[in-house]
Amino acid sequence: MFLDAGKYIFYFLVFPGFIFTLAVGLISVWIDRKVTARVQWRVGPPPGQPLYDILKLLGKETIVPKNSNKTLFLSAPLVGLGSVTIVSVILWLASVYKISFVGDLFVVVYLLMLPSLSLMIGGMASGNPMAATGANREMKLILAYELPFLLCLAIVIIKSGISINMVDLAGNHVMGSISGVLAFLISLLCIQAKLGFTPFDIAEAETEIMEGPYIEYSGVPLALFKITQAMLLFTLPVYLISVFLGGLNFRGLGILWTVLKYVAILVVIIVIKNTNPRLRIDQALKFFWRFLTPAGIVALVLAIIGHISGIDWL
Amino acid sequence: MSWKIWALKKSPWVFHVNTGACNNCDIELLELLTPRFDVERFGIKLVGTPRHADALVVTGGVTRQAAPRLQEIYRQTPKPCVVFAIGSCACSKGIFKKGYHMIGPVDKVIKEVDPEAIVMYIPGCPPKPEAMILGVVKALAAL
Ligand code: SF4
Repeated sequence: MFLDAGKYIFYFLVFPGFIFTLAVGLISVWIDRKVTARVQWRVGPPPGQPLYDILKLLGKETIVPKNSNKTLFLSAPLVGLGSVTIVSVILWLASVYKISFVGDLFVVVYLLMLPSLSLMIGGMASGNPMAATGANREMKLILAYELPFLLCLAIVIIKSGISINMVDLAGNHVMGSISGVLAFLISLLCIQAKLGFTPFDIAEAETEIMEGPYIEYSGVPLALFKITQAMLLFTLPVYLISVFLGGLNFRGLGILWTVLKYVAILVVIIVIKNTNPRLRIDQALKFFWRFLTPAGIVALVLAIIGHISGIDWL
Repeated sequence: MSWKIWALKKSPWVFHVNTGACNNCDIELLELLTPRFDVERFGIKLVGTPRHADALVVTGGVTRQAAPRLQEIYRQTPKPCVVFAIGSCACSKGIFKKGYHMIGPVDKVIKEVDPEAIVMYIPGCPPKPEAMILGVVKALAAL
């Protein structure tokens, strides 16, 4: 009993959980900044830079604005951090240890929404008009990308023979069909928006609303937000891999293959980030609702037809 | 040296305040972010709000209108923080010395709020980007 509890605490804090995700996340952030710098013909920061940033923020003064809601303002970053950690644990336990429970797929999807929600709560609680504008935009963005994101998930569920278990999903071959490929591409764009990367960094837009919801944050809470972002940069590609690309595999050559999948997704995300200008919020809404949602519906219909008539490649 | 100062030296994020510069210093400042000088090599990043900043980069002598704002921005910056006075104007009012609208150089205005404030001077009209990098390096070494 105690041994079990200890095992789960270890899962949560060290191996697939907090420390491991944070370490890989920081490396990913460095890769992101380095590639961005190389694209712009610069040299870029040293490998330890994301870690230095976070250490520095942890050592700075934390200012709480006078007309903010103190409790909400300070607890919002914790919500995001906690949810990303749990998502990471669920994904890894399902992929590596084959531990899973019925419906964990939905838990993951809901928990993946919490970081954006915590950002909104924090922004609203800070009492700053810029932050409120940013939170507002974040809310619209969530409304825009959640629908296609869930449609893609429905396709995956159908493809895996109506299973809502992470372990069953890891083994199926979604990418061997038209609807699967479509769903993967749509999910990739939704994840770009979830990460708050250009062209969908509308909520943080530092040149117009000065980092939006983050504007009043300093010191430790800001560090927590940065940590959450770094962990998301690792967790969301892992989610894509577990749902669409056959899961993580650490036996023999599988390690190489898994790392390759992760790096490929990361590079695609970074390249999209660096080759696109920021959209306006209405353009982003139009993009998701007029293009991606209908595409998702088409893919879903294809998947259903394929499932009923037993054609695998649809 | 405590770990806080060590980390601060490794990643100083700067917030740019123009308190009445002729815009030439600002242009030279932006040069630092271009591929030619690329200060992100040292972890220096331009941020959009004083709350995230570790260093205020002030250009221009402080005018009557700008002085209370500069003081407010300084108060909003989480400590420990450093102030860089970029250009002759910011260091000593420069060619606007006799201007009726000038309250004083940056250090005087900042020290009204916080007598302990750390102010670094980088003179020149405008200072060269190399001079600014040298100034920042010297300032960080002296922390
Ligand atoms: S120091 Fe020279 S370049 Fe800089 S603001 Fe003053 S007059 Fe302009």
